Amino acid sequence: MKISLPEPCLVVLVGASGAGKSSFARRHFLATEVVSSDFCRGLVSDDENSLEATTDAFAVLHYIIEKRLNNLRLTVVDATNVQAASRQALIQLARKHHLFPVAIVLNVPEAVCQERNALRPDRDFGPHVVRNHTRDLRGSLRYLEREGFRRVFVLNGVEEVDKASVERVPLFNDRRDLTGPFDIIGDVHGCGDELEALLGKLGYERDESGTYRHAERTALFVGDLVDRGPRVGDVLDIVESMVSEGAAFCVRGNHDDKLLRYLEGKKPKVNHGLATSIADLDARDEPFRERMRAFLDGLISHYVLDGGRLVVAHAGCKAEFQGRSSGTVRSFCMYGETTGETDEFGLPVRYPWAQDYRGKAAVVYGHTPVPRAQWLNNTIDIDTGCVFGGKMTALRWPERELVEVVALETYAEPARPLGFVDSDSIMAADEVLDFADVSGKRILENQWMNRITIGAEQGAAALEVLSRFGTDPRWLIHLPPTMSPTATAPADLGLLEHPATIWSYFRENGIGTVVCEEKHMGSRAVAVICRDEKAALRRFGIEGESGAIWTRTGRRFFDDRSLEGEVLERLRAAMTRLNWWEEFDTDWFCFDAELMPWSAKAQELIARQYAPVADAGASALTVAHAALVAAAKAGVDVGAWVEEAAVREDAMGRYRSAFERYCWPVNSVEDLKFAPFHLLASEGTVHIDKSHVWHMETLAKLALHEPICVATPFKVVDLADESAVADAEKWWTELTASGGEGMVVKPLEWVNHHDGRLVQPALKCRGPEYLRIIYGPEYLLPQNLERLRKRGLGAKRSLALREWALGAEALTRFVAGEGLRRVHECVWGVLALESEPVDPRL
Amino acid sequence: MLLQLSTTHYPATDLGFLLAKNPARAQEFNLSFGTARIFYPESSDENCTCALMLDVDPVALVRGKNSGEGLLSQYVNDRPYAATSFLSVAIAQVLRSAMSGVCKEKPELAQTAIPLLAQVEGVPATPQFLERLFGPLGYEVEATAVGKRHSRLVLRATTKLSDLLSHLYVLIPVLDDNKHYYIGEDEVEKLLRRGTGWLEQHPERELIVARYLKKQKRLIRVALERLAPIEEGDETSDAAKDEEEQRAERPLSLHEIRLNTVARVLKEAGARRVLDLGCGEGRLMRELLKEGQFELVRGIDASHRALEAASDKLRLERMSERQKERVELLFGVLTYRDERYSGFDAAALVEVIEHLDMARLPALERVVWEFARPGMVVVTTPNREYNSVWESLPADSMRHRDHRFEWTRAEFEAWATGVADKFNYSVETSPLGPEHETLGAPSQMAVFRRNAI
Repeated sequence: MKISLPEPCLVVLVGASGAGKSSFARRHFLATEVVSSDFCRGLVSDDENSLEATTDAFAVLHYIIEKRLNNLRLTVVDATNVQAASRQALIQLARKHHLFPVAIVLNVPEAVCQERNALRPDRDFGPHVVRNHTRDLRGSLRYLEREGFRRVFVLNGVEEVDKASVERVPLFNDRRDLTGPFDIIGDVHGCGDELEALLGKLGYERDESGTYRHAERTALFVGDLVDRGPRVGDVLDIVESMVSEGAAFCVRGNHDDKLLRYLEGKKPKVNHGLATSIADLDARDEPFRERMRAFLDGLISHYVLDGGRLVVAHAGCKAEFQGRSSGTVRSFCMYGETTGETDEFGLPVRYPWAQDYRGKAAVVYGHTPVPRAQWLNNTIDIDTGCVFGGKMTALRWPERELVEVVALETYAEPARPLGFVDSDSIMAADEVLDFADVSGKRILENQWMNRITIGAEQGAAALEVLSRFGTDPRWLIHLPPTMSPTATAPADLGLLEHPATIWSYFRENGIGTVVCEEKHMGSRAVAVICRDEKAALRRFGIEGESGAIWTRTGRRFFDDRSLEGEVLERLRAAMTRLNWWEEFDTDWFCFDAELMPWSAKAQELIARQYAPVADAGASALTVAHAALVAAAKAGVDVGAWVEEAAVREDAMGRYRSAFERYCWPVNSVEDLKFAPFHLLASEGTVHIDKSHVWHMETLAKLALHEPICVATPFKVVDLADESAVADAEKWWTELTASGGEGMVVKPLEWVNHHDGRLVQPALKCRGPEYLRIIYGPEYLLPQNLERLRKRGLGAKRSLALREWALGAEALTRFVAGEGLRRVHECVWGVLALESEPVDPRL
Repeated sequence: MLLQLSTTHYPATDLGFLLAKNPARAQEFNLSFGTARIFYPESSDENCTCALMLDVDPVALVRGKNSGEGLLSQYVNDRPYAATSFLSVAIAQVLRSAMSGVCKEKPELAQTAIPLLAQVEGVPATPQFLERLFGPLGYEVEATAVGKRHSRLVLRATTKLSDLLSHLYVLIPVLDDNKHYYIGEDEVEKLLRRGTGWLEQHPERELIVARYLKKQKRLIRVALERLAPIEEGDETSDAAKDEEEQRAERPLSLHEIRLNTVARVLKEAGARRVLDLGCGEGRLMRELLKEGQFELVRGIDASHRALEAASDKLRLERMSERQKERVELLFGVLTYRDERYSGFDAAALVEVIEHLDMARLPALERVVWEFARPGMVVVTTPNREYNSVWESLPADSMRHRDHRFEWTRAEFEAWATGVADKFNYSVETSPLGPEHETLGAPSQMAVFRRNAI
């Protein structure tokens, strides 16, 4: 006998002790696919035959089965299963996981079983046991299907058992082997004209037999082909021929299901547009109706496609239903789930499953008309209500592009206004973040690097900061990454940092041209500026504000909101004068910038940390210097102490001027300087695909129109050109000698790989005077410098890349219209990484 | 770091004997954290000055620090320059005999009060604080501010050199809270030894002990008890009785009124499972746990530090298994939906909402009233109108630095009604605390009850 098993399923072996179940299982299944009750007895009691261990053993057995079914693994239960009660428990397990229970019965004569057991010294339980088994089994045989087994295979006698073969057939819905590309088409509802227009727009043409097909692509219909619209029969005809010719797949919608019942001669309630379908089909001939009945009958509730990356179902599909089959699954896929309540239009309130969806597969569905198709938690509803006068939408996969055709007319009036509840309330629910998404150890996927792990402690620290001090998460679409300094300068230079090591880093990493940008000494600021409050509400969901500026840890930059407002207003006006709103076709921009003076944000730090060092140091060193001079004059031999004191006093003075030049009072917005260096994003685009020269030149225009904006001086350096490199070095030396912090060097293009690894997006090279603020007034004294040169950059560099990747991912997700949760996760990740312990002086 | 000691005692060069350091020679001493140099800028019979110059190695100071001490400790700091516990250690090591009052050459001079002057640069304290510390010890204190956080300190007195050095030894580390070494039991010994004879009477005794021992409460108790041993007998119990009486008579603080009221409301409502959102140090939880009616009190806070404090105050570690089952402290955030908030009879938000940016309130509202949906929600918040009753509060300012807003009674009422309507609750607001005739009570409370569907 050939035993055909749907994969995955739960296989229940039924047979008396000694019937040969274990050998049968060994022959046809992987050792890991077989769960044996005897083995479980052994696990809990060290005795595979212990009857006392029965309860515990079966608890373990059921636990293992559940885990395997949960993971969609075919599982074979090797236990006698001769009693209905024990089988029932297994059937329930299979049902709970929406998989088929299958019974394979080994109906072997009692004598054979007795004989085999007699040969096994561990089975000394007496002949009555096998006798009872056999009796129970024989009594069960005819009821197995009724008990709930979807398939029952009975192998009568030793010979049949030995000769049986097992084959596995994937479930109907498992089409992971199909990789497309696909065009997934939303609810049609008899809108034949729009369907044909959409197919045309997608590049489908009728072949000689009249079937629409595309040379490279396959169409996928999310169901509800029928009812309400004017050309139900035509639509069925088009889709049926596409499906039967292999040009398309289609899942069953609730309307299709109801029409099928009508065609099967049942009497469904004629409402919700079924009448139009009936009228159309009744006017056709019987063979046509029969062809459509067969077509609809063959439709299944959902498909898993493209290696498991794509799921298509009419009303959607939860992660735990995908690739499974049961009445519950089919019903969910066709109707969705309702909460039991009804809304003010008397329609059932649908449970917003997409809001909680966290599955890996993208789910494309229809069923509920929405004003526009938008992604939510990796799901998208593409029913844009064509029959109600909206649009017919197709999603191209894997491109994720939407292709639409506007309805020619309104064919039916919806019971509730288009998009009244569902899409808005689902989107609104998505605005509330969930603790479960940002707690515990998490792995963040992004398109730039391998998965990035966020530790539970770092994540909790980040969450505390975000929740207590952070800017509204809806604004926070980016946090800037940390930046590594260049490798420590060679010892003979008498410096900690020098450009020489930057050139070598980028050369070694295959970079030909770099951009050197002056590094401003202020505070990092990320700014979102919307064209107006309307744009802020539309795109960010925030009312009563039109932009925000935040620090590298996500705090609002200005405590004084009116000052923030003035800065935003000035930038907005400059962009309006530049005509950027039209040029970029956007109503918002996101900038990465330095805001000066340093003292505007660091006042507290300066007062608590930097100035006291200068105060205490100057007073101690000056008095000490004078005392030493006096002692020397009095004839005490103080050796080189006087000169030493003079050098240290000088270093202290230099330290003070190093930080004081970055401080000035801010009395009004005029005293601020805004130096943008990245135009991060605007509607539809993350601008990291453009060179840093583009960023510098574009952003320099702001300074022409707004005095608080600073154009950052920069140099483009061809690393093969020694004189250009020497020029850049000279530029850095002059810059830092006149009080500049230093420079940042970036590869010309933003994203670069070398040997399959990301290259640092930027390295900084700070000037010797500036570094006094970081390493202490006297860091350049030889005995100090020698020790400070030993610094490790590995951790900082790794962090810089991971933070950069998550920051870019946050922007990418936001621009792609992904939900708040998905964007926030990345921003939270950057902040969590920032809490990793790394030498803060780097 | 520089300490200069001078005397005009004749012959002033005797200072060299007292310090056991030859005025004609400059000397260097290696210490674990740097070098100490001793030299005399001036040594005549009329006036003699000895300078103790201490160079702390700034690089070694930072090396090997772990991040637990705060990352800023790795940045520049004033430790190498300011007069801190390093100076005390240097005094103890380099001028040990002088501080102990031992002098081989002139033993009687070491026990004699002589005119002395001490000058310390970069003392991390205000002139006022220096006066409070050194004034009571009989010094003429001349302190001038250097920058915002440091002073130059000049002390003049006719006193024994050993006393002056002991005073400096104990009080310099007291000036700032950052001691550079581990504080253990032997620190108590050191303090007691060097403080003998003067610390017992010092009016700032408790502050000095607390700061010297870096606010480690147990050590402080040990030290204070040994400084002023509690005598056995009636005296103690009388003092204790007085304190009890005072405690009973003292009017309840506003916060106590608030907690009592909220606890009473929850009790009367018959709540069994209560969620304390923003539990802070767990004071409301402690009240609730006294009542057997409450089967589970789950405290949530976004501050790990607050949760640790709550765990200490509730003595969570020492509870029996049965008691522990009734109480939970969890890290959580009120603007993030959280399934751990579901299934409660009541939730309390006591003085919490005003710590949130107003713009984040709608998120909190949805988390609590839409998703968690407890049967009852009790919210308290300050009444801004009442602020003018308190003279100490500047006009238009808020009560707490971290308050993002404070509401008038009307504003609170409007908000509460709005929330109730939106999420199908009913609400009643009431004043909390003694009422002013026109301005209302200092605090206000809203009790929301979930409507039956």
